[in-house]
Amino acid sequence: MRSHNKIQVLKLLNQHLGVYPTPINLNWSWSWGSLSGLLLGSQIVTGILLAMHYTGHVDHAFASVQHLMVDVPSGMIIRYAHANGASLFFTVVYLHVLRGLYYSSGSQPREIVWISGVIILLLMIITAFIGYVLPWGQMSFWGATVITSLATVIPVVGKQIVYWLWGGFSIDHPTLNRFYSFHYTLPFLLAGLSIFHIAALHQYGSTNPLGINTQGSTIQFGMYFASKDLVALLILMLVFAIIIFFSPEYLGHPDNLIPANPYSTPQHIVPEWYFLWVYAILRSIPNKAMGVITIGLVFASLIVQPFVSVVQIGSPKFRLIFERLYWVFVADLFILTWLGGQEIMPATMLMGQLCTIIFFAFLLILLPFLAWLETLLLI
Amino acid sequence: MALRRSLALLCNRMLHFAPEASCPGTMSLLKVLPDQNVSGNDINQQSGFASNPLRTFASNAVQTATKTDIVSASQLSMSPTNKIMYNEFNHTRFAPGTEGRPFAYFVQTGGRFLYASAIRLVVLKALVSLSAAADTLAMSSLEVDLSSVEEGQTITVKWRGKPVFIKYRTDEEIAAQAAVSLGDLKDAQKDVDRVVDPKYLIVIGVCTHLGCVPIAGAGNYNGWFCPCHGSHYDGSGRIREGPAPYNLEVPEYKFLEGGKVIIG
Repeated sequence: MRSHNKIQVLKLLNQHLGVYPTPINLNWSWSWGSLSGLLLGSQIVTGILLAMHYTGHVDHAFASVQHLMVDVPSGMIIRYAHANGASLFFTVVYLHVLRGLYYSSGSQPREIVWISGVIILLLMIITAFIGYVLPWGQMSFWGATVITSLATVIPVVGKQIVYWLWGGFSIDHPTLNRFYSFHYTLPFLLAGLSIFHIAALHQYGSTNPLGINTQGSTIQFGMYFASKDLVALLILMLVFAIIIFFSPEYLGHPDNLIPANPYSTPQHIVPEWYFLWVYAILRSIPNKAMGVITIGLVFASLIVQPFVSVVQIGSPKFRLIFERLYWVFVADLFILTWLGGQEIMPATMLMGQLCTIIFFAFLLILLPFLAWLETLLLI
Repeated sequence: MALRRSLALLCNRMLHFAPEASCPGTMSLLKVLPDQNVSGNDINQQSGFASNPLRTFASNAVQTATKTDIVSASQLSMSPTNKIMYNEFNHTRFAPGTEGRPFAYFVQTGGRFLYASAIRLVVLKALVSLSAAADTLAMSSLEVDLSSVEEGQTITVKWRGKPVFIKYRTDEEIAAQAAVSLGDLKDAQKDVDRVVDPKYLIVIGVCTHLGCVPIAGAGNYNGWFCPCHGSHYDGSGRIREGPAPYNLEVPEYKFLEGGKVIIG
């Protein structure tokens, strides 16, 4: 008997990665999932290498990063691979989520896949935010101050909770040290959740671009989609290499090259680009508490999608209204991202509020309505 | 089986272009094997391919359509399996040489060489990043000003994280060390071989037993004594008594002008 049919572990790998029946009509947007997994692996490897040279103390953190960049052999490559890898990771995951929205991949019976995916996204955001604090630049320090202070909206115990989070009365060494510890731990949690995410998917198998039942036309994942994903990976690595070796600082903020100064706030505090859309939504709500609740609502409205919009048709090819309005939603996300980086002025405030309304209207009103309408028309 | 089949085909082919001598005994075989080589040669000669008797081209199996655009279905259904007639005007096919497994395997193998070299590069970059960084390497050499050392005095300096003993020896001490017979030594080395300038003894102050730092001016041999397990070193840093196996290590050093020495 062949080893991969006999030995338990190999049998498991062969079943889920070798012979796994995959719909024959998957297109390029189904590659984002495996690419995200590989990028997570890359982040973990570069992260472990970084941890050999980084010092997690407020007096030495910034200098240790400079030491890594200048003294350590290939240190610059490892650092830029990790920093830009995070941006690439978010790009790929966002495209993966958008694919899920477009093809209604999260609708019945794959609710668990969708919900575990949103939890993965949340954990990614927390990990990335904490990771950005570690170099201890100006933007690291002040971004951390702004976002951790959001916890003061909690009534009665808000301030105590923030002091507890900080391990002191302001962001200082205790905060940095615990952030280092969390930043090292959470990615392994992410890896475990990703395995769960794939296992949940494999309960029913992949959806397909036509949304039809493809049980009778599947091919094994093994050589076919492994090769397809390999091509996608090669293109991704090309983009990765171009970013790292030709413009590694483009996605960063120059203020983070100034060591953190607790007495001087930079003029414009902006998070990394992948947070800008959430930041725009937060800033467009004038009330602090409502702003934080709105952020929670963003992820809540993502999680409840399989339950509020019960989509029967799996492909936008057959849902023409949804197909047009989906791109309005995508444009809305781009505008929100741009707004997150702008100064707060009456014009941008108004635009932000409009875009936030469109965002929630799409997720909580339009999608459920369209799903209901299609069900009605089907009957 | 495949070998026998290919040999039979080869013999068949050679038979058409060479006398019976090249493939004896195949005449009987020929009566059994189907005739495989008719009507393809015209195309070869027309298109100017080198007429090589030993190989065929995939285009041998294909005949260009005649003047008509449409091939009759009955014509297609009656054609034997190796005389497939394709309508060139409605079909495209792989260029000769790029169809089939050999070409595909070559492309895949080329790709695998590239993946292997990419993986090798990543692994090497990651592993090499663990070696000494530039600031550590910069600290790997130490300059010591010897003008402050008095005759008979031993000083200790820190070099590469380890203590280094520098002993300014008197002439009597040098002579005493030279007089020691090699038979008395566990690790036989002459004193002159352990110094660049006999006046200055420079040795690494780490006991060769288990790594403690010996105490200067102690022990029975006018040298050092290691308190951990009782090793005695003499005025040349050689082990005389005790569990240490080797003499104190002599690092690389050279003397500079102005009474300085650079270690490492």
